[in-house]
Amino acid sequence: MNDKLRYNQPDARGHFGQHGGIYVAETLMSALDELRVEYEKAINDPAFMAEYRYELAHYVGRPSPVYHAKRWSELLGGAQIYLKREDLNHTGAHKVNNTIGQALLARRMGKKRVIAETGAGQHGVASATVAARYGLECVVYMGAEDVARQSPNVYRMKLLGATVVPVTSGSKTLKDAMNEAMRDWVTNVDSTYYIIGTCAGPHPYPTLVRDFQCVIGEEAKVQMQDMIGRQPDAVIACVGGGSNAIGIFHPYVEVPGVRLIGVEAGGHGVETGQHAAPLTTNAKIGVLHGQRSYLMQDANGQIVETHSVSAGLDYPGVGPEHSHLKDIGRAEYVAINDDEALKAFHDLCRYEGIIPALESSHALAHAAKIAPTMSKDQVLLVNLSGRGDKDIPTIAKLDGIQL
Amino acid sequence: MSRIQKTLAALKADSRQALIPFITAGDPRPGITVELMHALVKGGSDVIELGVPFSDPMADGPVIQRASERALAHDVSLRDVLGMVAEFRKTDAETPVVLMGYANPVEAMGYETFAQAAVAAGVDGVLTVDLPPEEAEDCAATFKRHGIDPIFLLAPTTPVSRIQAVERLASGYVYYVSLKGVTGAATLDVASVAAKLAELQSYLSVPVGVGFGIRDPESARAVAAVADAVVIGSRLVQEVEAGEAGLAARLTEFLASVRAAMDTARR
Repeated sequence: MNDKLRYNQPDARGHFGQHGGIYVAETLMSALDELRVEYEKAINDPAFMAEYRYELAHYVGRPSPVYHAKRWSELLGGAQIYLKREDLNHTGAHKVNNTIGQALLARRMGKKRVIAETGAGQHGVASATVAARYGLECVVYMGAEDVARQSPNVYRMKLLGATVVPVTSGSKTLKDAMNEAMRDWVTNVDSTYYIIGTCAGPHPYPTLVRDFQCVIGEEAKVQMQDMIGRQPDAVIACVGGGSNAIGIFHPYVEVPGVRLIGVEAGGHGVETGQHAAPLTTNAKIGVLHGQRSYLMQDANGQIVETHSVSAGLDYPGVGPEHSHLKDIGRAEYVAINDDEALKAFHDLCRYEGIIPALESSHALAHAAKIAPTMSKDQVLLVNLSGRGDKDIPTIAKLDGIQL
Repeated sequence: MSRIQKTLAALKADSRQALIPFITAGDPRPGITVELMHALVKGGSDVIELGVPFSDPMADGPVIQRASERALAHDVSLRDVLGMVAEFRKTDAETPVVLMGYANPVEAMGYETFAQAAVAAGVDGVLTVDLPPEEAEDCAATFKRHGIDPIFLLAPTTPVSRIQAVERLASGYVYYVSLKGVTGAATLDVASVAAKLAELQSYLSVPVGVGFGIRDPESARAVAAVADAVVIGSRLVQEVEAGEAGLAARLTEFLASVRAAMDTARR
């Protein structure tokens, strides 16, 4: 039997099929080359990998459990839903898996200063956390709109010693924060390591972030085997840039019979144009933030403003590997609207005693949508990528409650 | 020989350096751009770099970001910019025009379609900031086939291997970014520019222009002493930002003072 999918991406220059690559101004090219070389050395260095794994176990608290959401599954009346509990990681989301890896890399490269962009603030918090842990200066760029809607995370970053810079250009969200981080990096390229938070950007970032996040899927494969004696029928994860999704998808790419479903932000509905779902809506391929990938843009190639209730998904592009997985048909991508995500958020709070991040609530909502169409012995594995404490002010405001 | 190559060769024969101003097309409104282009020429410019507005200008500082935003408030598209060049060409058949911008608007139009339309409009060169030589082979070939010079950036961080990669694809001139940073930064170090230029010129057959951080006659003269061309952008865009009253005359006057200073640097 040889039905195993063979998958070996990206190529030497960071192309995932027709996506990825390196699209940056010349000043950054040598820094990216240095990063690529150092990264390849690091992942082949047993001492580096041992320290990374030690930190994941003792600082982050890995492995994160897989939890059978029995009560919610029964209420939905179909497939069994299992949750990969990345919300239980130190700092409350999957982001720290990557920031630890990159901070160790920064230290190895002799960089004393790290910068990061953040949307929901989870990556900013995870970057500020590891900067404190390893004694690095940390500057986080965050869209002014996100600073307003994610205020608890802004304060957390400050407590951890980071400088948070609100970005007021463009749409004042994640993409603009990324522009500003790139400008900082080009100016301070000798002293500074740029910790990109998602599996996007110029090569080698999409590969490097994926590799550091793959611990999610690698653990899940072992845990599912232990718990149910087989692998799930489908793995579901939310996709903004796509780092939590690629982390759980990638170890499953060559496993036949496991559907991979990425859930994008449908915002007010993909038909309204106010969303952040480039894959679901078959956006044109474009170039932004150092990579080629599906990209929400107007007819003139200007990047359009996106909308999602969740700041972490409010991004017009997507990591190049997701675009490639869509092209080859290995993963499917759907959109969940704000209101559907909010319902799933409340349901998980009430029926399982878990407050999920609004980003992860998109993946939960899609599981809730398809579970009733499946039989009770089928299994859905949802990546619960983060906890929702940071979203409490947003939810309260939507519910008309003053905290 | 392209219009850019002819212009730069003639200057070299005369031991002079090219003055290359940059303004963003459509800033502060589309109707004024052609008039401003003529004002740049009147001030003694040899080549015009015309910025194509983009929503996410990652390599630009606040001054040129705001210029893009002002132009985009009027929905200025790449096709509109080509229209401005065509209009300019009706009364100026001599001055080379280089479009400078980001890859996505060109991607969206398609490289072949764009190249045809650009040549028809009278564009001579294209500088795509976020398209390094590794990703530019096809597009550079397309541009050259249509007689457009692909202009590439070089930086203080560029190693020899990459200078050679650029040399293989570049024509017209190459643009040396004088400092690590975004446009409009204020820390020009002429001595380090001179040292790097000497290295670049030993590998390059095309002329080298220098930009980033040149903002007055004095810094232009210093750069002209070591480079083939001097690019001035943010300083001019600040002039645009200051308001439309007397704008064309102010641009002409400023560039004339720069031109005069550069010509005293004759080698």
